[in-house]
Amino acid sequence: MSQIDHSQKIPNNVDLSSDRKLQRALEKWLPNFISWWTEMGPEGFQTKDVYLRTAISADSQGWAHFDYVKMPDYRWGIFLADPVKDRRIPCGDDYGKPVWQEIPGEHRNTLRRIIVTQGDTEPASVEQQRLLGQTCPSLYDLRNLFQVNVEEGRHLWAMVYLLHSYFGRDGREEAEALLERRSGDDNNPRILGAFNAPCDDWLSFFMFTFFTDRDGKYQLLALSESAFDPLSRTTRFMLTEEAHHMFVGETGILRVLDRTCQVMKDNPGKSARELGVIDLETIQRALNFWYSISLDLFGGEVSSNAASYFAAGLKGRAKEAQYEDHVCLDQVFEMDKIEGGKLSQEEVPLRNAMNEVLRTEYTEDCQRGVNKWNRMIQEHGVDFVLTLPSRRFNRQIGLYAGLYFTPEGSLIGREEWEAKRDTWLPTDTDRAYVKSLMNRPVYEPGKMANWIAAPKQGIKGRPVDFEYVRLD
Amino acid sequence: MDAIRFETHPDRYRHWKLRFEGEVATLDLDIPEDGGLRPGYVLKQNSYDLGVDIELADAIQRIRFEHPEVKALVVSGAKDRVFCSGANIYMLGSSTHAFKVNFCKFTNETRLYLEDLAEHSGVRTLAALTGACAGGGYELAMACERILLVDDGSSAVSLPEVPLLGVLPGTGGLTRLVDKRKVRRDLADAFSTVAEGVRGKRALAWGLVDRVEKKSGFSEALKETVSELVQGAKERTGQGVTLTPLAPERDGEVTRYRYVELRVDAEARVAHLSISAPEEPTPSTAEALRAAGADAWALRMFRELDDALLDLRFNHPQIGLLVLRTTGSAEQVLASDASLIELAKTDWFASEILLHMRRVLKRLDLMARTVFAIVDQDTCFAGSLLELALAADRSFMLDVDDGPTLACSELNFGALPMASGLTRLEARFYGAPEQVGKVREHMASEGAIDTEAARELGLVTYTPDDIDWEDEVRIAMEERAAFSPDALTGMEASLRFVGPETLETKIFGRLSAWQNWIFQRPNAVGERGGLTTYGTPERPKFNFDRT
Repeated sequence: MSQIDHSQKIPNNVDLSSDRKLQRALEKWLPNFISWWTEMGPEGFQTKDVYLRTAISADSQGWAHFDYVKMPDYRWGIFLADPVKDRRIPCGDDYGKPVWQEIPGEHRNTLRRIIVTQGDTEPASVEQQRLLGQTCPSLYDLRNLFQVNVEEGRHLWAMVYLLHSYFGRDGREEAEALLERRSGDDNNPRILGAFNAPCDDWLSFFMFTFFTDRDGKYQLLALSESAFDPLSRTTRFMLTEEAHHMFVGETGILRVLDRTCQVMKDNPGKSARELGVIDLETIQRALNFWYSISLDLFGGEVSSNAASYFAAGLKGRAKEAQYEDHVCLDQVFEMDKIEGGKLSQEEVPLRNAMNEVLRTEYTEDCQRGVNKWNRMIQEHGVDFVLTLPSRRFNRQIGLYAGLYFTPEGSLIGREEWEAKRDTWLPTDTDRAYVKSLMNRPVYEPGKMANWIAAPKQGIKGRPVDFEYVRLD
Repeated sequence: MDAIRFETHPDRYRHWKLRFEGEVATLDLDIPEDGGLRPGYVLKQNSYDLGVDIELADAIQRIRFEHPEVKALVVSGAKDRVFCSGANIYMLGSSTHAFKVNFCKFTNETRLYLEDLAEHSGVRTLAALTGACAGGGYELAMACERILLVDDGSSAVSLPEVPLLGVLPGTGGLTRLVDKRKVRRDLADAFSTVAEGVRGKRALAWGLVDRVEKKSGFSEALKETVSELVQGAKERTGQGVTLTPLAPERDGEVTRYRYVELRVDAEARVAHLSISAPEEPTPSTAEALRAAGADAWALRMFRELDDALLDLRFNHPQIGLLVLRTTGSAEQVLASDASLIELAKTDWFASEILLHMRRVLKRLDLMARTVFAIVDQDTCFAGSLLELALAADRSFMLDVDDGPTLACSELNFGALPMASGLTRLEARFYGAPEQVGKVREHMASEGAIDTEAARELGLVTYTPDDIDWEDEVRIAMEERAAFSPDALTGMEASLRFVGPETLETKIFGRLSAWQNWIFQRPNAVGERGGLTTYGTPERPKFNFDRT
């Protein structure tokens, strides 16, 4: 076995230098990860210096270290949030008992499935976004894209750390498989649907980071309540990074709206498309699409898996401490169901409705961001309101899959759906138009593409026209 | 409740009188009514409980080892007008489900030992019935080669379980009726639903007994039949071997025998069974083996293992996982195996030791517990001890440089079959019989099987290296302990017994499974079930839904 000085190359707070098991697993996995990154990571920028934030330790000083780095040399590290002293199982049948530092054998397979499913989304999003660098609207955005990408890479490391440390040979095999699946590949797709959808224009990228990464945030919040303490600590640290991804999405769309409204205002009588900006209707349709497929990621409305994960303490609700009852055996949840072609309410045992509980919080969080967007539109005096469609709209998973609903949530027939689909969801024409705006990248420091406004400020106190990516 | 112990001695028998007259041994059943293993029931009419069967099993074992002069065993009753009325119903009615199942399993094993005695040791067996013989009593008789019934106008053989109790004859009766005695199935059906049973000439005509005789001519008939039976029976020469007490040292959770240690971890619901190889070379001549007697490793160790397995079954119902380890010198085990095989060609004692090994290993196969074998550093799963790993549901073998090895002896290739008649290697490779040959070839060319070879040959399940070892083994055990014990029992029994059906597999796999189902059903054990209402003024009330 060749000896690599891992602690030098891999910043960590898991005592890697004395962990033979982890060292051995990484010996094999690391080269495969690098070749995956080279093959499937951002296309065309692997040798460029990028001004990136790197976590070099878990404390407040070290988790946000900024410097130029070439992406393949990025120091993907392994960090766990600091342990909580005498932490207790926050929910389920074993509520109040000490958390687990090792995996109880009876939960091994379920926990592995949960971790693999979460882990699979991380490389998937890198793959989905690998061509975006070639159509970037500015060096500032290009850098943000790469920041998101390397952090998704680090999140993959975080999940692989758990697989390597706690799941033995099975874990190592699953860690390899995470590098073998490919987003959008029919023969070997990523596990979850939304992570196989193309994300090849910047409107999609911003929507993805706003909606789909936000699903990730809520899954991480739920997992950070896990009785399996290493999972809880890993996901708590990941959440600090995930916040940046949502910032990229939220401000990205905000700048698009700012630009569209400003240009429309400056050129009355002309349409947005004539002016080379993205019309608000197209933005609404993109929102409808990314919101609805991200809702699917939470799983079925009524779920025996969700109930057993909660009962076993494998997964809690987001910020479990905000609730009073952490056992949830006697409570019910009012669920909208479809009975004989009509909506009706039905009481479902709360544990079985945990996916829906999490989805509800997610929806509220999304609405807060959409409200900010609408304030921007209002400030420009434009009469248009972006809305989140009904949770029933365009669903492929759960109670509402296979049925047709308007964005307002009314049940309709297939014919009506077919007739109106193109007013609700992105069309080929929309996509072609959005892509036509982005057919040429903007690489000059400080310059912005026509369809997006400049950010209010740069990164880490640097000016907006800072050379965030050195392309020479 | 006090733990149930399985070691006994004829001096302490309360239920059987064991007599020896030349080449004939006689076991007379004479059960005192107050002789129950625990309070709460009365053993009327020579009805039996586990205590009676423990003595029977001991008696058969002692005839094998201590009385080579015996060529025939007569099983008879010492009470007037009744031979045996079967298992005590009140005992069954007041037992836990787990106890009932284990009780039936043990009695079934003992019946099979009677048949094994006749078939492999040449001690011919005869049931001499001078009175009524009901249920388990008739099943005991059927485990003998011949049945002689007195024709007195009242003594009948019967299987009254279905009509009287709403359960089955649970000791192989139904299977032996049609599979062994080859009674026509419609007659067997009629017989099994008549509570009073069948007497005299009809019993003979239906094939339920082999001879009927008036009371006056009964002892003459018995003598005749015995001398018929012993004609040409094989001679077992030389002194018998006294089975000395095992006298284990019991220290809380640990039971220490000479070669076996049983450690029970109640909290984890795991029992660890460690088996040591012989420390000294095994005698290689018949004389030396006889001199070693009950101290010969292969006899002593398997007797200890047998006792530990029964202890687990009856006294530790919560233990779900049995973890097997072996320690010591594989060479000594292989040497012991080799000399037994050689000596058994001419020496009855060596042969009896092998037969005993076979029975104990079958007992292990029938454990309703998960069995894992742990092959780590310094283990010696070789030859007869390799059978333990092959009997396990899963095996873990450590993969390191200079790690453990497995080894085969000739014993792995025929002398220790499972209930199906297949060796454990044949059962393991049921879909790829050529693998058995490959294992043999590997042994011939390499002499031992290292972890890589064991993995390639398919002899072990998992081969974690030293880094993974501890976690893999711990997690596998914890995971196992969390599954439904009922589902595991059913799953393991289904997977262990691949291949052909035999009388034995049918008894344990079909008859017992049905009986255990019936034992759980309200029609047997509900408030108005057959077992519950037996002997009370109430009649059973059945739910007539069929499945």
